[in-house]
Amino acid sequence: MADMLTAKRGHHRWDWTDWAAHLYLLLGVLVMFGPVAWLGLSSLKSETGLNAFPPTLLPYEAATAPVEGRGNLRLYTIDSGDFAGQQLAEIRRVGIQAQMVDPKRPEVIIRLPVEGRTPVMRMRLATENYTALFSRFDFFRYFWNSSFITIVATVLTLLVNSMSAFVLSKYRFTGRESVFLVMLATLMIPPTIVLVPNYLIAAQLGLTNSLWGVIWPGVATPTGVFLLRQYMLTLPDELLEAARMDNASEWRIYWRIVLPLSAPALAVLAIFSVMWRWNDFLWPMVVLARSEVFTLPLALNSFQGELTTQWNFLLAMTVVTLLPVTIIFAFLQKYITQGIASAGVK
Amino acid sequence: MGALSLRNVRKSFGPTTVIHDVSFDIKDGGFTVFVGPSGCGKSTLLRMICGLESVSAGDVVIDGAVVNDIPAARRGLAMVFQSYALYPHMTVYENMAFGLENIATPQAEIERRVGEAARMLKLDTYLQRKPTALSGGQRQRVAIGRAIVREPKIFLFDEPLSNLDAELRVGMRAELTALHRRLATTMIYVTHDQVEAMTMADTIVVLRAGRVEQVGAPLDLYNNPANVFVAGFIGSPRMNLLPATISGVADGMALIEIPGFAPFATNACASASRVGENVTIGIRPEHVLIEHGEAAWTLGGAVCGIEQLGGLSYVRLESPDMTVQIAGQTGLHLSDTVRLTLPPRAIHLFDHDGAAMPRSAAP
Repeated sequence: MADMLTAKRGHHRWDWTDWAAHLYLLLGVLVMFGPVAWLGLSSLKSETGLNAFPPTLLPYEAATAPVEGRGNLRLYTIDSGDFAGQQLAEIRRVGIQAQMVDPKRPEVIIRLPVEGRTPVMRMRLATENYTALFSRFDFFRYFWNSSFITIVATVLTLLVNSMSAFVLSKYRFTGRESVFLVMLATLMIPPTIVLVPNYLIAAQLGLTNSLWGVIWPGVATPTGVFLLRQYMLTLPDELLEAARMDNASEWRIYWRIVLPLSAPALAVLAIFSVMWRWNDFLWPMVVLARSEVFTLPLALNSFQGELTTQWNFLLAMTVVTLLPVTIIFAFLQKYITQGIASAGVK
Repeated sequence: MGALSLRNVRKSFGPTTVIHDVSFDIKDGGFTVFVGPSGCGKSTLLRMICGLESVSAGDVVIDGAVVNDIPAARRGLAMVFQSYALYPHMTVYENMAFGLENIATPQAEIERRVGEAARMLKLDTYLQRKPTALSGGQRQRVAIGRAIVREPKIFLFDEPLSNLDAELRVGMRAELTALHRRLATTMIYVTHDQVEAMTMADTIVVLRAGRVEQVGAPLDLYNNPANVFVAGFIGSPRMNLLPATISGVADGMALIEIPGFAPFATNACASASRVGENVTIGIRPEHVLIEHGEAAWTLGGAVCGIEQLGGLSYVRLESPDMTVQIAGQTGLHLSDTVRLTLPPRAIHLFDHDGAAMPRSAAP
C-alpha cells in the first residue's frame, strides 16, 4: 500500500511528472469515490442533519442533555453576557426570548435573547435509518425479489448463452456466420424500442407481476454469446475430438469439457449479468406493478414521493442496494480483468 | 482383432482433393507408420480412419465391416493426439477414467484398468496431479494411458513425439515399441520423421500429396524404393540422386553416362530402344567407394565438405553433387580431389517419370 502510494516513474527522485500523476490520480479518487463516500456518510445522518444548511460532511446532530423533570432538551453554548461560555439547555422559546436552564441546576430558569447563542453539535450515527428499513419497510421482501431475479437470471443466462456460444464456436454448419451476425446486429436495436412489444408478449404469457416476467426476456444476451463464443474459439478442437473419441456425448462434451474450461469467460459474464440484473430498473418497473414483487431499485423509487422524499431512508437503502455488487466486485475483480483481457472485449 | 483396409479412399474439401484413391491393408497386430512430408495428407488419413473426418469416397473397413458411417466413438479405436489433448481441468486419473465413465463402466473396473495402465506407464505417483504439473514426457504417457484403458482394437498416434526434445523422443520411441510388443494390438503411427518410421514400423506407408507412394517393410523401402520420391525420403543422409542418360545397353543392362564423365555399368534392365533416355541415378552414401586421386574422366571431384562423426565420416562433393559415407575416420581434406566408384549392384535407376527400373538379380 505504501509502495503504491509513493510509486515513482524512475527509482530516484520525485520528478514533476510524478507529482502530476499523483495529483491526477488523487483527483480521480475524489471524483469517483467522493460521491460514494458522501452517500455512505449521509446515510448515517438524521433527517434534520440532512436538511441542515450549510451541509456537513460528517453526521452531526444537535446535542441534547437530560434535565430533571423536563426530559431531553437541546443544548446551546452562550456567546456573551453573564453566562458566556456555559452550556445551557433550552426549555422553550418565546418570541426572541428563550427560557434556558443549566442541566446541573434544573430549578433555576434563565431568560436569554435568542441571538448570542449557538447550538451544540455532536456527532451521532443515525443507525435507525438502517434498522427502520427492516422494521418499517418490507425490505427483506424487496431484497429477496432482487436476489432471486439476479441469481436465477444469471444462472439461466450462463446456461443459455454458453450453449449458444458452444454451437456457434465449435460446430461447422452453413449459416453459422450469418446466425452470429444477426445475433450481434440485435445489439443495435435500443431496448426502449422493444419495450412495448416485450411487454405485450409478457402480458400475453401472463408474466406480468411475476418475477419470472423479469427473468425470462433478458436471459439470452448477444453480448454474453459474443463474449463466450470468442473465448470458446480459443479452446483447442483436439480436446473436443479427444472427448468424442472417449465416447462422450455432445452434452457431456459441453458440460464436462467446454463449460469448466470457459470458467474465466463465464465469471465475466456472471459479473456483468449480476450487475445488469441487480441495477435493472426500466423493465422491472414496466412488468412489476404490485409492491410485493418490487425489486430494490423499484422500492428505492417508491421512497421518492410526489410531495416528500424520505431522504434518510432513501440513502440508507441505496447503500444496502450497492453493497452486494460492491462485494462481488471486490472479490472477483481479478477474474473480471483477466476474463475481459482474454475474451478481448469490454 | 484390429485389421484395417482402405479401399479407394478419397477426401475432398470443396474442390480440392487432399487424398486420392488410397488403398492398402493393415494386418492385425502390426505396427504401421504413415510417413511423408508436411501436408501430404497423412494426418487427414488417420482422422478419416478414426472417424473425425468423413470419407468423401471409398470405404474404410475395420475387421471386415465398412465403418464409413459409424461415429468415431463406436469404431473401437483410440487416438493419441499431437498436442496430447489432455483435459487440463482434470487430474491424470480423471483424464484416463473419462472415456470409461462415458460408457458407464463400473467404478471398480475403472480403478483396475487405470491403475494397471498407470503402473505400465510408471504414472502411479502422478494420478492426482493436473496435466499442467507434468513434464512433456509424462503428459505423453498420460495420453497413451488414456488410449490404453479403453482397450481399443487399433491405436492411432498422430505425431505423438514431435513435441518432445530429442533425447526424450528416442526414449519414448523405445517405450512405444515395447508397448506394442506387450499389447500386440494394431498400431498406426503418423510421423514426418523417417527415422521414427524406420525404427518403429513393421510396415511403412509413404505418402506424398495425398497419394500412396509405396507400402512395405522398412528395409524393403530402403533397399528397393519404388520411385525417386521414396528413394530420397527414406534414409539419412538421403540417397544421392543425379541426372544421367542411358548411353548404351550391354547384356540387357543399361550403361549410364553422367554429363562430363565416362559411362559406367549398372545392373538395371533396359532394352536397346531406351538408349538416350534421361534417367535419374540413385546411390546411397554408404555404397559409394571413394579414393584419393586424380579424377580426369572417371567419376570424381573436389571435396567441399567433411563431417567427422568419429565412428563414420561424410564427405561432400559439389560437382557431381554427392555425399559419401566412409566407415571410421578419414584423412581427406577440403579441396582434395577424389575418385568415386559406383558398384553396379548398388545403383538404382529411375526412368524419366521417376519410377524405379527393374534390376537384374544377378551381380
